[in-house]
Amino acid sequence: MSEHHDKPTGIKRWLFTTNHKDIGTLYLWFAFTMFLIGGAMAMVIRAELLKPGMQVVDPLFFNTMTTMHGLIMVFGAVMPAMVGFANWLVPMMIGAPDMALPRMNNWSFWILPFAATMLVSTLFMEGGGPAFGWTFYAPLSTTFAPKSTDFFIFAVHLLGFSSIMGAINIIATILNMRAPGMTLMKMPLFVWTWLITAFLLIAVMPVLAGAVTMMLTDRNFGTSFFNAAGGGDPVLFQHVFWFFGHPEVYIMILPAFGIVSQIIPTFARKQLFGYASMVYATAAIAFLSFIVWAHHMFTVGMPVAGELYFTYATVMIAVPTAVKVFNWTATMWKGSMTFETPMLWAVAFVFLFTIGGFTGLMLGVAPADFQYHDTYFVVAHFHYVLVTGAVFAIIAGVYYWLPKWTGHMYDEKLGKLHFWLSAISVNVLFFPQHFLGLAGMPRRIPDYAIQFSEFNFMSSIGGFAFGLSQLLFLYIVIKCIRGGEKATAQVWDNPEGLEWTIPSPAPYHTFETAPEVK
Amino acid sequence: MQGQQQNIANNKTTRRLLVVVVAMFGFGFALAPMYSALCKAFGINGRFVEIQEGNYDAKNKVAQITKVDEGRSVTVQFTASRNQDLNWEFRPMENTVSVHPGEIRTAKFYARNLTDRTIVAQAVPSIVPGQAAKYFNKIECFCFTQQTFKPGEAREMPLRFVVDPNLPNKITMLTLAYTFFDTHQGQAANDVHDSSITKLAVHSVTTDAH
Ligand code: HEM
Ligand SMILES: [Cu+2]
Repeated sequence: MSEHHDKPTGIKRWLFTTNHKDIGTLYLWFAFTMFLIGGAMAMVIRAELLKPGMQVVDPLFFNTMTTMHGLIMVFGAVMPAMVGFANWLVPMMIGAPDMALPRMNNWSFWILPFAATMLVSTLFMEGGGPAFGWTFYAPLSTTFAPKSTDFFIFAVHLLGFSSIMGAINIIATILNMRAPGMTLMKMPLFVWTWLITAFLLIAVMPVLAGAVTMMLTDRNFGTSFFNAAGGGDPVLFQHVFWFFGHPEVYIMILPAFGIVSQIIPTFARKQLFGYASMVYATAAIAFLSFIVWAHHMFTVGMPVAGELYFTYATVMIAVPTAVKVFNWTATMWKGSMTFETPMLWAVAFVFLFTIGGFTGLMLGVAPADFQYHDTYFVVAHFHYVLVTGAVFAIIAGVYYWLPKWTGHMYDEKLGKLHFWLSAISVNVLFFPQHFLGLAGMPRRIPDYAIQFSEFNFMSSIGGFAFGLSQLLFLYIVIKCIRGGEKATAQVWDNPEGLEWTIPSPAPYHTFETAPEVK
Repeated sequence: MQGQQQNIANNKTTRRLLVVVVAMFGFGFALAPMYSALCKAFGINGRFVEIQEGNYDAKNKVAQITKVDEGRSVTVQFTASRNQDLNWEFRPMENTVSVHPGEIRTAKFYARNLTDRTIVAQAVPSIVPGQAAKYFNKIECFCFTQQTFKPGEAREMPLRFVVDPNLPNKITMLTLAYTFFDTHQGQAANDVHDSSITKLAVHSVTTDAH
């Protein structure tokens, strides 16, 4: 691999890089940028919902904001952030010099900014951007959609290409590039969760591509997949979408499980409890995620047998999920715990993600879901699993590995401040939404009945506070890159893993000769 | 050399995974016929597939019904709607009727072409609850054939039906819905991007789409 040794500088370094660390950095910065853009849209949504009545934006633009916010957070922020972690960490954790397919790696990243630009540019097109929700149900997204929808479709295709290439790369790296002695059951849990996630990506991103392709031909070439007039069925769209969509939520959360499983043992100063059961639980969740999709569609009018089946299958996911929560808790049990910033985020993850898991169980029970479906209760559920779940894990991971990446310690005081501001505001933001949903406030509406005023006001205030707190994160990260206390190779107190055996900051090339793993 | 071996392994893995990717892309499309087949096999999405496919044998269906179940009655509701780009008036003349299973009844629908061109339209029936589709037999229906309407023409159209006495007891109410489509609508639908329609549609997302 000696041909990679000359290192161009400036913009060319980033454009042409095939180095896993550079590409990891690019992914992470891209994700953070999208997080701020998607976050700004959330601020528009919460500003409109601060008080009843219409005050800030018109209803169409409001719907555009909820749609774009969802799409950007899912495809632009959380997924690329996880791929960024994989790029940085997987080779370092398994003792490989780089990713298996470095040139394809460059492509997978550089497709993203184009896809994102195309997606965001629809906002400025005639008829506006997509306003049909991040789930883009037909016929809203076919017959009734604005012209810009074809650009949206193309952007989704590109995002899909990027994810699929990234996933292939990760699988090839993990299967073929492990250092001698690094057997599968010795791999750090983060590597395991990403291996399984990558398989999920390969299985379902093509289905998403199929769904948007069918939309494209329905819109432009006279097919009728989702058009009842031509013998199609809009409900089919929901099946195809959720066949992708439910595994997709696990694509976002499994790497988060991996990150947290790295962090908690370090600060509990104990080995991860039940390593093997963690691996099997992850695999079980991934398998189950393929057979529960219609729990998003309980109210479309399925036969009772279908409702029963999807209820039981869904509730079953709680079992492996509970195994994981149990193992994290058991890892902390009687550990000599300290609460540095990454640990604070990780512990908050365990606690708050579990709340989201519980509400998921409630939603998974068909007769109960008839009441909760399409209300703010669902919004509360998926924000607990995605924000206090996936996003909290991402932030935890950034604090945990930032010293390894930059060679400097971040500002611990500011990190803790960032944590407490976020942890409190995020609950003020999302907890009241449970009550709103139970009281019957529908989701995706720009205005609401006055009995919902108080909780919406609280939620908006929490939202503004949470949004602002993330600017502090940006400041802390930049400050850490610029300088700070020198980090040691180990950084933390005896952490486990090959990445802590190399100096901080990690040199441009690592493990060019494979380490021996005992 | 170790690097070369690794390259070979990586290429092999990549090729295998690409096969999975292509297969799953195909699977996404295969969901469409699978969905139709399942719905047809279990009769679950309330569509009258045989009517749509043109091989509905009304006589045979009715011949199997021999008795009238006077002991119970079923409420049948009618609703009528039209595809968004079909400028028609279309409604049932009675909204609800109560029938005994096995008894032959007639209901009438009224349609008027509000445009100044001749339109050929097709009515597509569907029923709620979906499982009832196979127990709702149409003897005569304007949905069996395409209907041609001259500019401004108005017409009453009959539906003769009988509910199969084998209808499960727990079903006490049926809703039969007709939607009229312009037979040329495949292309026409895509021309409708009027923003007011978009707004309306988006507004009702929480209620309609589900
Ligand atoms: C115990 C685990 C979980 C169960 C049983 C569960 C169950 C459900 C159910 C039944 C719904 C549909 C509710 C409705 O629309 O009426 C739902 C929605 C959702 N869930 Fe979960 N869930 C679980 C975990 C997760 C995780 C881990 C994530 C993501 C990290 C997630 C993300 C979502 C999202 C994004 C939606 C809303 C989709 C939409 O309609 O926009 N869930 N969940
Ligand atoms: Cu789901």
